Amino acid sequence: MVELKLTDYKADKHPDWCPGCGDFGILSALQMALFELRLDPSQTVVFSGIGCSGKTPHYLNVYGVHTLHGRVLPIAQGAKLANPHLAVVAVGGDGDGLGIGTGHFVAAGRRNVDMLYILYDNEVYGLTKGQAGPTLGLGEKTKSLPKPNPQGRVNPLLLAFASGYTWIARGYAYDVKSLKELIKEGLSHKGLAFLHVLQPCPTYNDLHTKEWFAPRIYRLQDEGYDPHVPEGLPPEELDKKMAQFQEKAAEWGERIPTGIFWKAEVPTFEERLKAYLPRYPEVYPALGQQEPLDLEGLLKEFAL
Amino acid sequence: MDDFTWRVGGPQGGGIETAATLFARAVGKGGWWVATKREYHSNIMGRHSYLDVRLSRKPVASFRDRVDFLVALDGETLARHLGEVREGGVLLYDPKVLDLTVHKLPMLDHRVAEDLRERLGREDPSLREILQAYVEAGVQPLPYPFEEVADRIGAELGVPSLQARRTLNTIAVAASLHFLGFPLEPLLEALALQFRGKVLELNQSVAQAVYREEVPKLSFQLHLNGYEPGRVYLTGAQAAALGKLAGGLRFQTYYPISPATDESTYLEAHTAFTGADVAVVQTEDEIAAVTMAIGAALTGAKAATATSGPGFSLMAEGMGFAGMIEAPLVVTLYQRGGPSTGLPTRTEQGDLMFAIRGGHGEYPRIVLASGDLLDAFLDAQKALAWAWRYQTVVVHLLDKFLASTGQILPQETLKPLALDGERRLAPKEGKPTPYARYAPTEDGISPFAPLGTPGVFYWMTSDEHDPLGHITEDPVLREAQMEKRMQKLLTARKEIPLADQYTLFRDGEVLVLGFGSVKGTLLEALDHLEGVGYLHLRLLWPFPEIAHLLEGKRLVTVEHNYSGQLADLVQQETLKKVHHRVVKYNGRPITLEEAVEALKAVKRGQAPGRIVLRKGV
Ligand SMILES: Cc1ncc(C[n+]2csc(CCOP(=O)(O)OP(=O)(O)O)c2C)c(N)n1
Ligand code: SF4
Ligand SMILES: [Mg+2]
Repeated sequence: MVELKLTDYKADKHPDWCPGCGDFGILSALQMALFELRLDPSQTVVFSGIGCSGKTPHYLNVYGVHTLHGRVLPIAQGAKLANPHLAVVAVGGDGDGLGIGTGHFVAAGRRNVDMLYILYDNEVYGLTKGQAGPTLGLGEKTKSLPKPNPQGRVNPLLLAFASGYTWIARGYAYDVKSLKELIKEGLSHKGLAFLHVLQPCPTYNDLHTKEWFAPRIYRLQDEGYDPHVPEGLPPEELDKKMAQFQEKAAEWGERIPTGIFWKAEVPTFEERLKAYLPRYPEVYPALGQQEPLDLEGLLKEFAL
Repeated sequence: MDDFTWRVGGPQGGGIETAATLFARAVGKGGWWVATKREYHSNIMGRHSYLDVRLSRKPVASFRDRVDFLVALDGETLARHLGEVREGGVLLYDPKVLDLTVHKLPMLDHRVAEDLRERLGREDPSLREILQAYVEAGVQPLPYPFEEVADRIGAELGVPSLQARRTLNTIAVAASLHFLGFPLEPLLEALALQFRGKVLELNQSVAQAVYREEVPKLSFQLHLNGYEPGRVYLTGAQAAALGKLAGGLRFQTYYPISPATDESTYLEAHTAFTGADVAVVQTEDEIAAVTMAIGAALTGAKAATATSGPGFSLMAEGMGFAGMIEAPLVVTLYQRGGPSTGLPTRTEQGDLMFAIRGGHGEYPRIVLASGDLLDAFLDAQKALAWAWRYQTVVVHLLDKFLASTGQILPQETLKPLALDGERRLAPKEGKPTPYARYAPTEDGISPFAPLGTPGVFYWMTSDEHDPLGHITEDPVLREAQMEKRMQKLLTARKEIPLADQYTLFRDGEVLVLGFGSVKGTLLEALDHLEGVGYLHLRLLWPFPEIAHLLEGKRLVTVEHNYSGQLADLVQQETLKKVHHRVVKYNGRPITLEEAVEALKAVKRGQAPGRIVLRKGV
């Protein structure tokens, strides 16, 4: 492939996000990560759900699929399984992934398809004007809410863990450099990588703003946290890893950790599919019919 | 005898499907053509289930009201099927059930118990009294102690009782055939198709033992019909699955639901066959099923999903997405009784309007319906080809009746069709550049570039979009894209051969219109009717131009739903009045006699505008 520049990954389309929106930071990080990984735009797909976050693919010069509200994960998994050579990134908001799309979020964890899912967490439904998102805490009242939030928050990291995600990380939209590194690592991880991004929404989230986050955010790797869970770890060691994960995943308030929380080696869905499809992934669905169908052979069991 | 119906009834989970398959294969080995109808409850074990095997000297796809030979494997069957056996027909039953009373049949619906009480004028009729009612109706009772026979044969063969009783189904089939004077050899061959090794040996020995016993000769006998090789016996769900394979399917998703699941599990189990490498994914729900299939289709993989009513309802948004981004997608819809959970294991054609119109907004979709098993095989291929030709959603309508119906077909009819017409963008070289995927074209079809097509990239969005696939709300671009998409419907109607749109099997002053699984019954009904024609609709959307065929005719629709959805559709699209709507919505397929009777009344000019058919157990 011809050498591409960083700007080649940027689409000729002006983002229509509000000024100061955290989505700009995530977009930059994504663009830099795709560039630094030298990904071929014609072999790379960014899928998105619906929301402010869902606009992301339109601003990148790779295949972009802006799907339905909450359905980005099944669509992205379908594409990746059908063509395992594609580099696949799925993105979406907190409402998209953990409100309307929760069932898919959990099921994706059980599968472990080799791709990266980035959740833009602004704790609100941005595009529908700031209603409470599934990650907004109980009793919290953001700008658009007439009364404090009567529903509790789901912890995306803990839910990802419970669902079986094999790489779990958190980034911060305004720490673009670290975020870029996380995206690169997530894309390189073998299996389903989940990247939770704290994304200030200056328009609707007046509680958790840039100013609120800045003094609280810290990086796990700066404190010697080791997320790696090698295969075949003895049970006691695994217990320790899990306890360490849970402690950090639950930490919120005065200090908010970012970085990689969990990184395990588990067979991917593609590898598991081989039990059903002996020729997979060498023969994969996107290739189409490779050999004529043995219809006669198939009909034998029905012959009289 | 040229036309014969054998029915076996018993508790679910007791293997009566095995019995019916064995019977069908045995008479099939003896040269007969067969159609098998399966009625069962949404239950795993214990509830009543029965199957009809109809034999004919020529290929057959419909069922009769009257049973010639009923095998009642339990007391409930004896009770439920009173009135189903024709005069002169036979009832094979286990005498040990005779002391039971209707009260002691825990699974019998109250409505049936009530009917029996009324009919027999007893508070709690015994099965002995019910048997007497059979006899009074001219049915010949044949007591046959299935379990005792099993134990006796088991003892002869030195097999423990528990094991011998596992051959009850074989005993029931062997006894039936033996009473009918049918030779043993085809049954032994049929057993060899069903079982292997020691189990086969045991079952064959059991069949032989049954045949060694003297039985009274019946007034009618079943002879061989001249065996011809090259025939297959399969079900509708299997025919549809094979059709998908023949059509090049590569990716199938599903969420378990009756009666659609059988198709997906068949595919899952056959991926080792050459050219059958279909990735089958069981998803978390039908929303994921439809959207995951779309994701796969976007890479160029022929993808489909299969579902039934409740799942189809959940797919509405996803199908609209496919329509919007012009993704090729096949949704195979096995209709069952609705609304809601409805009648999960009973047949209906109540989703016609939903298939055509369901979902928000407008997008081009193609809806075709299969009339029988061969159609199911061929239509599955057409559905895939059309989805790819027109880059849109194709809904392939089947129903529970077709899914579970078994039929013997000449193998040579199951041939892959040579269909093509996909328009794809050729890969490009050099630095990837944006591709105007949605640039309008005259026929609405623009070259599809699967994700991963080298040298290009572009965008897709569920929002209205410009030619590159970027979001737009511009009125001019909106019009252009809406017109591009909807143009594909006109193109499809122009391109799809008329033979794939409808078949006028016979013309007549009374013209019957039908779609889907009523085909077999109506075609056979024609043999008993004069001046009545049949127009079978294969393509339901875009609706074929048929108005000229309806001119001056007395129009009748026959369909499995309450309101007469086909009648509404025909009227809307042709501006011709449908004079009679024959409908049935009790979940049981229309029988030959019902169809003939209703249409005769229409022909005589004695029928009301709405005729409700109500037969069925
Ligand atoms: C099925 C469906 N229901 C509702 C909507 C309306 N809707 C659009 S975006 C959105 C919420 C977006 O919130 P989030 O996913 O957190 O994304 P954000 O805008 O915050 O990035 C909703 C409810 C929709 N598009 N589809
Ligand atoms: S509403 Fe919030 S999330 Fe949406 S664009 Fe504006 S700042 Fe960003
Ligand atoms: Mg949000």
